[in-house]
Amino acid sequence: MRPLARLLLLAAVLAAALLAAIRLGAVPLSLRQVVDGLRGTADPTTVAIVRRLRLPRAVLAAMVGGSLAASGATFQALLRNPLAEPYILGISGGAAVGAVFAIALAGAAASGGIVAASALAGALLAVVLVFRLAAVAGRALDTRILLLAGVVAGAFFNACILLALTFADADAFRSAVFWMMGSFSSASWRSIGLLGGAMVPALAVLMALSRPLNLLAVGEETAAYLGTRVERTKLLAYGTASLLTAGAVAVSGVIGFVGLVVPHVVRMLWGADHRFLLPASVLLGASFAVLADTLARTAVAPTELPVGVVTAFVGVPFFVYLLRRRTA
Amino acid sequence: MKGWRCRGVSFRYPEGAGLAVDSVSLDVPAGACTAVLGPNGSGKSTLLRLLLGTLTPAAGEVELDGRPVARWERPEIARAVGVVPQGEEAAFPMSVRELVAMGRYPHLGPWRREGDADRRAVDQAMRRCDVLALAHRPISTLSGGERQRARVARALAQEPAALALDEPTAALDVSHEMAIFELLRELGRGGTTVLLVTHNLNLAARYADRLVLLDRGAVAAAGAPAEVLTRETVERVYGWPVRIGRHEGPGPDEGAPQVIPLAGEACAQMAPAREEPNAA
Repeated sequence: MRPLARLLLLAAVLAAALLAAIRLGAVPLSLRQVVDGLRGTADPTTVAIVRRLRLPRAVLAAMVGGSLAASGATFQALLRNPLAEPYILGISGGAAVGAVFAIALAGAAASGGIVAASALAGALLAVVLVFRLAAVAGRALDTRILLLAGVVAGAFFNACILLALTFADADAFRSAVFWMMGSFSSASWRSIGLLGGAMVPALAVLMALSRPLNLLAVGEETAAYLGTRVERTKLLAYGTASLLTAGAVAVSGVIGFVGLVVPHVVRMLWGADHRFLLPASVLLGASFAVLADTLARTAVAPTELPVGVVTAFVGVPFFVYLLRRRTA
Repeated sequence: MKGWRCRGVSFRYPEGAGLAVDSVSLDVPAGACTAVLGPNGSGKSTLLRLLLGTLTPAAGEVELDGRPVARWERPEIARAVGVVPQGEEAAFPMSVRELVAMGRYPHLGPWRREGDADRRAVDQAMRRCDVLALAHRPISTLSGGERQRARVARALAQEPAALALDEPTAALDVSHEMAIFELLRELGRGGTTVLLVTHNLNLAARYADRLVLLDRGAVAAAGAPAEVLTRETVERVYGWPVRIGRHEGPGPDEGAPQVIPLAGEACAQMAPAREEPNAA
């Protein structure tokens, strides 16, 4: 199969996942009702369910899944480490500190917007802090030191969160923990617009970096000899992937596993060329997040499972299967 | 392409004790093979990086093709000089063809797709290095010799006017080592400028037009093989007694100087071995 055909296939999978997400729920909808709901010609309840509840939630899940997968693929190449994922450099920790402090200070009544803004601020602060920690060690950005700085900063943020939770009341504690488990339930067109505004330019930058990222995965010295401006590429890749993760965490909390596993699945199936790996990861990550969220909403309704539980429960066995199949 | 010209170049690593490269002046003429020799830690690889612009000298100047190396953009220098660095390990699995095709990146930039000319260059490079049959094998399954040939193929796919290789035959057996040196000779005859860092004095003496012998970051001797590989010079630089013979042939290398390290009683007569330099 040619790369373009594979991408079209993945896009079709994503479309099917989005459709399933809109159809399934407390009130199951037929295809007809979905179409009418989207066009606004169905009864007001159906229109509201489709346009105000399920569509924004499914679209946000797709965007977050795609962002995390692209960010994970980039960090894996940049850090030359298969264990790298979007949260490895402390961004999720910084975001969680922001969110938890907002919740602890404003109480359980803190509005979603304030928590998201505070999480975004925490995430961006973490990005800058980790970069400063790594950059003081030398003039050139050493990705091994970047990794260490990120892990250390993450540990520090975790301590801050525990400290804040210790003094939080029961309601704040509960909403903080829910935030950290991650969810798409607060999806709105505004959060979609915010994440989209970061996602479109970020993905364009990463696509432009795909050949340099291929080279970085081989080695920095080799990359330089094959025409890459290594320091500029590392800086751009770090900043862009971090921005994507920060945006995703701010609107949905910490959703694990998508950013780690999806790029590996694409690599195992179709190879490690970032020109294909990045768009394929975006599409597959988006489909995966949409389906996981649909399952999280519907599996034990009316209780909603944390979506991170579903991504791990579905993702781990599939990943293990791929690993075994490859080594067999 | 006019080759390299370097005048009074010095370099010190931030964590290093002394100068890794100490006011080196040398010329790497175009269309010839120049081999850089020297003991471990004598600054060979550092000098190579200075010539290739991945390290910036603390003093002195390096020119490539009549222009300071610092003024070359990375993509520009990658179209002119193919490099086989000492070692590298891909973080993710990749096929031989994918690795060799990376040699086209400097010509393609971020967006342009591989065209027919690019595919031809990749195929031809793989054929010359005898890795065409391995095209779809993952790099991780190759032997040391095959992997090295794939990396030379990647440098050839760049279609460069000059080729720089850092110990390309370290850890290769005799036939693979000879195959690489034969390839270098053939490239040299085709007009490619070859700059080679190696520990193999005898093959360098046979295949290189010019030798540069480094000692503790400085040039100990430079010139034709017979001028550089004299008993006094080699013993002084390497701190080991040697005899200089001649290659007996048959073949094109008949008469090339060959260094034969001595042992046993001949060793006992010499002064104690000099201390190791610390510079990496």
